[in-house]
Amino acid sequence: MEPILEARGLVKRFGRVTALDNCDFELYPGEILGVIGDNGAGKSTLIKSLSGAEIPDEGEVFLEGEAVNFSSPIDARKAGIETVYQTLAMSPALAIADNMFMGREIRKKGLIGQLFRKLDHSGMQKIAHEKLTDLGIMTIQNINQAVETLSGGQRQGVAVARAAAFGSKVIIMDEPTAALGVKESRRVLDLILDVKSRGIPIILISHNMPHVFEVSDRIHVHRLGRRLCVIKPDDFSMSDAVAFMTGAKKPPSEFVGTA
Amino acid sequence: MKKLLTTAAISVSLMAGASSVSAMDISACLITKTDTNPFFVKMREGATAKAKEMGITLKSYAGKIDGDHETQVAAIETCIADGAKGILITASDTASIVSTVAQARDAGLLVIALDTPLDPIDAADSTFATDNFVAGELIGQWAAASLGADAANAKIGLLNINVSQPTVGVLRNQGFLQGFGIDLGDPNKWGDEDDSRIVGNDVSNGNEEGGRTGMENLLAIDPMINVVYTINEPAAAGAYEALKAIGRENDVLIVSVDGGCPGVQNIKDGVIGATSQQYPLLMASLGVEAIAAWAADGSKPANTPGKNFYDTGVALITDQPASGVDSIDTDEGMSLCWG
Amino acid sequence: MVANATDETHSEVESDHNGIIRKFHHLLHQTPALVPLIVLSLSIMVFGLLLGSKFFSPFALTLILQQVQIVGIVGAAQTLVILTAGIDLSVGAIMVFSSVIMGQFTFRYGLPPSVAVACGLLCGSLIGCINGWLVAKMKLPPFIVTLGMWQIALAANFLYSANETIRSQDIAAEAPLLQLFGTKFNIGGAVFTVGVIFMVCLVLFLAYVLKHTAWGRHVYAVGDDREAAGLSGVNVNFTLVSVYTIAGLICAFAGWALIGRIGSVSPTSGQLANIESITAVVIGGISLFGGRGSILGMFFGALIVGVFSLGLRLMGADAQWTYLLIGTLIIVAVALDQWIRKVAS
Repeated sequence: MEPILEARGLVKRFGRVTALDNCDFELYPGEILGVIGDNGAGKSTLIKSLSGAEIPDEGEVFLEGEAVNFSSPIDARKAGIETVYQTLAMSPALAIADNMFMGREIRKKGLIGQLFRKLDHSGMQKIAHEKLTDLGIMTIQNINQAVETLSGGQRQGVAVARAAAFGSKVIIMDEPTAALGVKESRRVLDLILDVKSRGIPIILISHNMPHVFEVSDRIHVHRLGRRLCVIKPDDFSMSDAVAFMTGAKKPPSEFVGTA
Repeated sequence: MKKLLTTAAISVSLMAGASSVSAMDISACLITKTDTNPFFVKMREGATAKAKEMGITLKSYAGKIDGDHETQVAAIETCIADGAKGILITASDTASIVSTVAQARDAGLLVIALDTPLDPIDAADSTFATDNFVAGELIGQWAAASLGADAANAKIGLLNINVSQPTVGVLRNQGFLQGFGIDLGDPNKWGDEDDSRIVGNDVSNGNEEGGRTGMENLLAIDPMINVVYTINEPAAAGAYEALKAIGRENDVLIVSVDGGCPGVQNIKDGVIGATSQQYPLLMASLGVEAIAAWAADGSKPANTPGKNFYDTGVALITDQPASGVDSIDTDEGMSLCWG
Repeated sequence: MVANATDETHSEVESDHNGIIRKFHHLLHQTPALVPLIVLSLSIMVFGLLLGSKFFSPFALTLILQQVQIVGIVGAAQTLVILTAGIDLSVGAIMVFSSVIMGQFTFRYGLPPSVAVACGLLCGSLIGCINGWLVAKMKLPPFIVTLGMWQIALAANFLYSANETIRSQDIAAEAPLLQLFGTKFNIGGAVFTVGVIFMVCLVLFLAYVLKHTAWGRHVYAVGDDREAAGLSGVNVNFTLVSVYTIAGLICAFAGWALIGRIGSVSPTSGQLANIESITAVVIGGISLFGGRGSILGMFFGALIVGVFSLGLRLMGADAQWTYLLIGTLIIVAVALDQWIRKVAS
């Protein structure tokens, strides 16, 4: 099977610090790929290079086999790579539907939309409602309520729904459960599995080992600016993974490089 | 009033004669409230021309806006450090500037207040100014004389500068009322008169915008106002617009003070009935001469007899002269106007 | 009044006192222009009761509209900028400079008034565009950029005009187009001017644009959280530059309206327009932190100031009482904004 998103030999330097040191990466269709690594290992630089937020100095990124060069997150998003940021990147004072369609609003049909550029509020609300219901997060009573009136988990849900709603090919999720309680984390993990069941592959960056091990199909272990190994959660324990990550233990050679 | 002007003109030539011995290294300072108001622009022109003629180095300073006290203090300090012989100042804050002025006088500088007296007036060596009370009185007398018998039941609106009641505004206002024949309350403030002919006092900030809003407010109190006093001609122009908006521009007498060129033109066009013209150019050139005389022999300028300042004169300008009130017409006014 | 009625209906449903407050909080959150509307209605009623027909007449009420037209137009520009979490201190200076250009281009260079007006509008837009570019691309704080631009535009205004006033009579004779906004018409004692109609139409138009176009939603999003807006696909720089440019254009229109209002072209007018417009915006319930509030609120805010000024003057009160009350309203409005933004978790 061909990887849907692939990176070869990525290098990124910040002054004298090498954040990415000839790093490779693959994401296959329909999978959840966990990305773990110690702080400063360069995993966020890797993710930013994939989502267009950083431009790598060397190396190539391929989406569905084609080389791509993103100069901004907007570029990457247009190509089908959606990112759910840890900060969620939502406007708290605006309504749910406004946020879901931010930057890709739908205008009314006909003269009103063409000439007066009037937005199709009811249309957007309807779609937003559908998407949220699809993902089973329609505990929200009113699609017009401001995002800031939602709980942390509900906001995460809206952000995920936004990422999944627009025919995206890949969703990158950065620490989706970091700010949430046990119950809300549970819901978000279910949501991630739900999105996966719709055939959209997900890159999940997290420090929370139980969460990563629970939902990931494969786990990319990042160390010292490059991929150390890729493991399956069934083959290793969490403490093994942490030991690989910190360098306390060497992974068996067959897992090093491509997996 | 022509007489006063002539007196002033004579003293100009006398003083010029006395001080023609001035040396080349005399320097003087001119500090104005702002350098944007045409009144001060004209003042600077007069001072610069006279200084050039007499071979005096003149340095000009100005506050950024009206009321900018700090810049004026800094300017005086600069002048002291610069070794200037004298300072001409139109103070923004007449009371607060006194301590800084005292420093300058202690350092041997002659300080002359132009246009605006300091508080107290003797804080400066001398004051060269318009008698604003007389300026107001003239337009008051003219308005009363023009109305004739109707003056007894006039409806008067007054547009002042602002609610902080600066001295100039109070003097003009009270002068106007006195001239019109209204009993003054406390002559040191406006707004305490109880004559039923007064519809109300409002403020204009001395510009067109404020003049219009202030007039509208007065008209809302009584739309049949028929005499309007204004602090200056821009305020008068604004008041006129407000009257025009309700179609009453032709049956209201507007009087004003200043004598700037657009104001005199407005009298010619019938917008304003009469104005009292003052002479900033004269104030400044007389001031420069006084500094030259002080540098030459240590003599200080004398006050106008009967007043505690040197009166640079004021003239009533109108094209509809009223009996018993001296006035000059707009053609003569145009030749004397500033700004 | 509206709020009281809603409160009562709620109190029947739920006896919980906190519930009422939360509903009220929610209502304000949804409709931020509600508070200024209530204050406006109440103040008109109070002054109407105290002063009777002197205040409660078509003439006096439309006079208020005429008196607030300049602040209302400039306030519309200020609203756009403040919604993006900025502030524009240069609005008054842009307005006056534009009006001076319209006047001087006509009288000094003999250009046709229509061309001079176009030049004035262009100049306002250009200054606004520079503001926007400095804020968006150079990432300079709006307060600093517009503080500087305020001084620059004002100095340019004085230097260029030599503080020369162009008289109303000359304009009326030679270039009546400049006084277009002063054209008035009576409808049963009520006096409307083109400037007043323009202000009302501008506010309604911008209310539509802000609510019903993508650009409008982007203005709110940028003000709410600039970074988040950028990450969710809003072209932040374009939005900011366009907001400041349009604000400049609106200020130039205000300059045109100013000529209509005072008849003449006066370089010394409009000195307080920045403070007055910010006052209207704040009393109108628009958050200085950006992203919250409605332009209708600004309109009500400007009217509140107008009602207070005229009402108190008609009652014969010292003008200082107006400032005192307006000052109180400003603080109350900002306190209310803080409360609205504080979301019960």
